[in-house]
Amino acid sequence: MDYVNLFVRSIFIENMIFAYFLGMCSYLAVSKTVKTAMGMGLAVIFVLSITVPINYLLDNYLLRPGALVWLGDGYQNIDLSFLSFIMFIAVIASMVQLVEMIIEKFAPPLYGALGIFLPLIAVNCAILGGSLFMQQKDFAGIGESAIYGFGSGIGWLLAILAIAAIREKIAYSNIPAPLRGLGITFIITGLMAIGFMSFMGIKI
Amino acid sequence: MSAKKSKKPIFLFLAKEREPLFSKKNRALLKDPLDDNNPITVQVLGICSALAITVQLKPAVVMTLSVIAVMAASNVIVSLLRNLIPNRIRIIVQLVVVASMVILVDQVLRAYAYDVSKQLSIFVGLIITNCIVMGRLEAFALGNGVWRSFLDGVGNALGYGMMLILVAFFRELFGSGKLYGYQVIPEALYEMGYVNNGFMLLSPMALITVGLIIWFQRARNRKLIEKN
Repeated sequence: MDYVNLFVRSIFIENMIFAYFLGMCSYLAVSKTVKTAMGMGLAVIFVLSITVPINYLLDNYLLRPGALVWLGDGYQNIDLSFLSFIMFIAVIASMVQLVEMIIEKFAPPLYGALGIFLPLIAVNCAILGGSLFMQQKDFAGIGESAIYGFGSGIGWLLAILAIAAIREKIAYSNIPAPLRGLGITFIITGLMAIGFMSFMGIKI
Repeated sequence: MSAKKSKKPIFLFLAKEREPLFSKKNRALLKDPLDDNNPITVQVLGICSALAITVQLKPAVVMTLSVIAVMAASNVIVSLLRNLIPNRIRIIVQLVVVASMVILVDQVLRAYAYDVSKQLSIFVGLIITNCIVMGRLEAFALGNGVWRSFLDGVGNALGYGMMLILVAFFRELFGSGKLYGYQVIPEALYEMGYVNNGFMLLSPMALITVGLIIWFQRARNRKLIEKN
């Protein structure tokens, strides 16, 4: 699988939100205005493209069956894959904490703009989902996993920007009162997901 | 957390004046999440897994049971630890507690219900980042006693499961004419030309179903309507 192919697949065909429904909570909670949606999307891209390659290394050299063979032949049969949830989430939580500290130190204006969204990323299922899909997909190298993480992040950003723009406009429409806010957002997301299904047939 | 609070012995709740186990306040903890404060339709927590596993009733039921177990256990543990956790690293501590509970559930499922666990694939793992667990830990268990946290965990998990099962019910009934794997729409109807709506099996319909449920719920319970 070459890089461009993988990149386009991860953005459109395997879009985190419209194909797998990952990261829905922050997608619904932060999409009230385009500005905050943009900040959240950039932070997600950043964290995804860091954590997926790191977790790839962890998975390949520590967790999967036979991964510990570099320690010696005696470790051939050890399978630590039941630990992958806890290892991945630890990497993600510490990366988010680290990113938070770095941004606070070197780019205070950006830190102020992102505010509470940074710690929220730790519990964004799209991030853990990216790592778990990476584990399922058996990538050939760290390059592929980095591209996959980056592409999924961009797909997430596009999705949240689209819904934020629609929600800003829809505030002016006359919707039945019980459907206002959350209800109509769900239905619009459903319609958009149907639209994204048209990408499924594409083979690159 | 203030220094004053952390001095309090952890087991003080035993010495407090006893209130009945199911007092009115405690019953509200169980009952509110079912309607007025439903995790999915009102608090907007735990959507991701709710949408992906509702094609059939069976995985939805298994998921509900797993979430009840995880939420009750992690709420109790975090509530026990609540005066010992430093504020700065509380997210990591909470995630570790939740992750260990989820690993337990995952291993049990693999041992006793392998087919279902394969069907749920990565979504059991995603209970860890299911915002409903973290959200309730953060909002409730960190500030309340053990028994109340337990009730809150069970109540919210039930409210979540109720929505899950409701969505799965409609999707399985209209999508494949079955309920819990058994055929319910009679053969005669198919011979008359009835066709299953395959569209219900696709994931976008889950979103639209939840949207319609929200519409129905808010039309009935008008204080939930959002001001735009």
